[in-house]
Amino acid sequence: MVWAKLIAGSVLALVAIDPAIASSSLEQSFLQPMGPVAQEQSSHLLRVIGITMVVILPVLIGVPFILWRYRYSRPRGEYTPEWEFSKKLEYALWGVPIVVVIVLASWLWYSTQKLDPYKPLGPDPLQVQAIGLDWKWVFIYPEEGIATVNELAVPVGRPVELTLTTDTVMQSLLISSLTGQIYAMPGMTTKLNFAADRTGEAEGENTQFNGDGFGRQKFTVRALSPADYASWQTRGNSGIVLNEDTYATLRRQTVLADARVDLGLDKGAEPIVMTLGQADMFEQIVAKYQDDAAEPARAKGWGGTGMPENDDQRAKGGSK
Amino acid sequence: MSGQTSPIFGNLNWNVTPYTDLLRDVNSSTIVGAGAASVLVLGAIAGVAFLTYMRWWGPLYRNWLTSPDAKKIGVMYIVLALVMLARGIIEGFVIRAHQATALGTLTAQESGLVAPDHFAQLFSTHGTIMIFFVAMPLLIGLINFVLPQQLGARDMAFPVLNQVSLGLTAAGAALVMVSLLIGKFGTGGWTMYPPYTGKIFSPGEGVDYWLWAILISGMGSTLTGMNFAVTIFKERAPGMHMMRMPLFCWTSLCVAIMLIYAMPALTVSSLMLVLDRYADFHFFTNASGGNMMNYANIFWMFGHPEVYILILPAFGVFSEISSTFSGKRLYGYTSLVIASMSIAVISFTVWLHHFFTMGQSAGVNIAFGIATMIIGIPTGVKIYDWMATMWRGRVRITAPIVYLTGFFLLFVIGGLSGIILANPSIDYQVHNSTFLVAHFHNVIIPGVLYGMLAGIHYWFPKAFGFRLCETWGRRTALLFVGGFIFTFMPLYVLGLMGMPRRSPTFQNPDYMPWMYIAAVGAVLMLCALASLFWTFWTSYRNRLSLAVPGGDPWNGSTLEWSSPAPVPEWSFPRIPQVTARDDWGEAKRAGDPWKAPERYCDIEMPANTAHGLLIAAAATGLGFAMVWHIWWLAILSFLAIPGLIALRGLRVIEPKIITAAEVEEADQRFRQQVASLAPATRADEETERNRGVPDISEFAG
Repeated sequence: MVWAKLIAGSVLALVAIDPAIASSSLEQSFLQPMGPVAQEQSSHLLRVIGITMVVILPVLIGVPFILWRYRYSRPRGEYTPEWEFSKKLEYALWGVPIVVVIVLASWLWYSTQKLDPYKPLGPDPLQVQAIGLDWKWVFIYPEEGIATVNELAVPVGRPVELTLTTDTVMQSLLISSLTGQIYAMPGMTTKLNFAADRTGEAEGENTQFNGDGFGRQKFTVRALSPADYASWQTRGNSGIVLNEDTYATLRRQTVLADARVDLGLDKGAEPIVMTLGQADMFEQIVAKYQDDAAEPARAKGWGGTGMPENDDQRAKGGSK
Repeated sequence: MSGQTSPIFGNLNWNVTPYTDLLRDVNSSTIVGAGAASVLVLGAIAGVAFLTYMRWWGPLYRNWLTSPDAKKIGVMYIVLALVMLARGIIEGFVIRAHQATALGTLTAQESGLVAPDHFAQLFSTHGTIMIFFVAMPLLIGLINFVLPQQLGARDMAFPVLNQVSLGLTAAGAALVMVSLLIGKFGTGGWTMYPPYTGKIFSPGEGVDYWLWAILISGMGSTLTGMNFAVTIFKERAPGMHMMRMPLFCWTSLCVAIMLIYAMPALTVSSLMLVLDRYADFHFFTNASGGNMMNYANIFWMFGHPEVYILILPAFGVFSEISSTFSGKRLYGYTSLVIASMSIAVISFTVWLHHFFTMGQSAGVNIAFGIATMIIGIPTGVKIYDWMATMWRGRVRITAPIVYLTGFFLLFVIGGLSGIILANPSIDYQVHNSTFLVAHFHNVIIPGVLYGMLAGIHYWFPKAFGFRLCETWGRRTALLFVGGFIFTFMPLYVLGLMGMPRRSPTFQNPDYMPWMYIAAVGAVLMLCALASLFWTFWTSYRNRLSLAVPGGDPWNGSTLEWSSPAPVPEWSFPRIPQVTARDDWGEAKRAGDPWKAPERYCDIEMPANTAHGLLIAAAATGLGFAMVWHIWWLAILSFLAIPGLIALRGLRVIEPKIITAAEVEEADQRFRQQVASLAPATRADEETERNRGVPDISEFAG
């Protein structure tokens, strides 16, 4: 077991070296965890690799050995052409994998329970809502009254509960160095609970292909000290209010850099920090996909439910 | 595009070809697109010209396209698969070449070899082709060729239905090929998850090409499954009990059962998406009560068993070759049968692991995660059984054994990454990343591709009468092994570094070294492909020195090695009376295996018919017409199918009779030839002395 773990560890270390000397400042891998969830996932990965070696190494070592020893051109050892069954061997062949799977299954059970993304990591988590758009993410801090595009700032030490939906096709939000991913779907909400235990900057991304801008649908995650986090809330606001109009602009199929231009900002990769115009915006966006015969007008609110209008259509249709 | 649908040409117009894009804007992406279309057109023209020049149209039609012979249908499946494999590997190379040039920034427009939309079409066609039009026809073709011969049957239970299945598969492949030239393909990947592939977010013909190709070929696969199952249950030679069947027949039975139960799920999910797109239904739409989670659910009810549909025939091949080339009985026959059947059954209980991250409770994920791990047990047992088969054997390192070795060493790594992915808590991290891409290539290439290529190498002499060149066979195998390692091991690393699959661009410069290694691997894969075709060509040129008219070049033990090579249409002069597992091996132990039957009878074989060809034409017409909204053609083609079936039902169809005299003449000639050929020992296996008559004194396994 120890040697298996050693091998597994060194294999992973090889992999891990590269991000460790990364020139990019954003953490992008759960092998450099910034929080307890990713930490646990990464050590679980090591455990799984270690125990699985029990069944894999015999093949990796045995096959070359058999080929060498029993090769036709210069065979060694006996030749038993009629031998086709051994009860003892049979017990081993079935028994060892069964034992390994029992161990793996109990770890699986334990870690899946423990890392259930719906389970808050502590009392009073910071509530953040995420809306997936083509090809950007809007993050809403309902209690703080702010909203951002492609920036998620969290205070170190305080658990975070991220509630997700999309206002377009299915997407999947992953912040590898903090937690795993979960799908976001229109009319539905999913949750990710995580916490940061050290400051740093990480990259978050959509992992579910959703069109041309998919490769640029990345966002910055900042794990800030509580004092920095407090000042982040007031600093850097672009002065834009996130209301129905600005939301309609954001809902277009654009990446952040183009959305900035649409909103009258300079073209760049800087996230946008805005003032939240309507407190229940997230709920409105989820609700508009839930078919409600009593309120047919609802679907029209908050940008509609179809393909977001693009620039040509806006020019022709003369929309507000 | 709607609103301008012409009553005659539907949505077709002169602007749908990639040449229009090229004229509009000349860049690397449009050049690649137009180049691919040109290869298709020029290849088709060259093929037609070649057949005309050689005057092969007649023989092609009479001997192949209208033949209901399962062996010929099998060969045609494999030819189709190899053509599609060429396209698939080239697309894989373009994908790797693109990503090696795709480092960008968040502000700049995506750069690289091809445009993002083109890249998305590439990974979608690559996946669709490799699964549905390479792996499936390879295994179905191999089973068609081998299964009846191993069972001691002359043909499949339903020979004409078999022809129809091939026709439907070819029709699906044709639609995917046509999309190179006419219009675009979908961009939703091989799974085509809505709502992205719904008509709001993916208007146009792209997703429809996928849907109709899948619907039509999927129907063919379902029918194939029924055909295999009935053949195994009803067509076994007398004495061929279930527990005497070679392992390849057992895995074929698993495949048959899985095809019957799994393919309909795909047909249903695709039909529902068709209704969404054509008839304004709301199964999977965002609004109006649609639920896209149902698509993922139904699709993977097919999709996971599909994985084992692909792998089990390869397991069958490995069981045959590990025993034959070790000169030893297969270890743990019963164990292998139980393991194969367990895999077939358990594979229906794990589909949810494809979407652990969809938001269901931890309890559901735990159940499916553990089920997924359990399926690793029989898979592991099979691998140990083959090792035990080779242990204390005398292993000849032929090309199939090189593939088997590559499989052993690489597949267990794929198994390891599979076990990793089976843990929901880790899957949350690496799902949708290139780690996942590396994982499924790691099981499908060493598993399915190596297995099928090993099988082709092994049974090729039976089909064509000469062996494939061992040297080039081994080179091909080594290139495929090397190509795999260089292409996909870096993707594991990239996945752990956080790179999502299907990325048309990325911003992390640290990815680049790994991207270059993967691109080198893609070049090796291209070399492997070239080497594969070269193996066929060079073996064809040296076919006289590689000829094995004796029909048993590897000193095998199953029934198919008792017949001449190439095997005659009727396979066996008399249906054999089976007395043991590995009956041909038993006959060798008993002394005189090549005993002529006491008397010969007339043999009834199904008559040639163009039925399958006509149905394939109608299905292609239907698919193409539906894609382009050419309603008159769609209605006509749709009605043609039941019309053709009814027409055949109304006619009296006489079987082809091969007279006893003819069979006797051919069989006696074969027996005399065997008697006149010098038996070759296993040491001579790769030399010209191997004429297909082995030294039976050497046979002990």
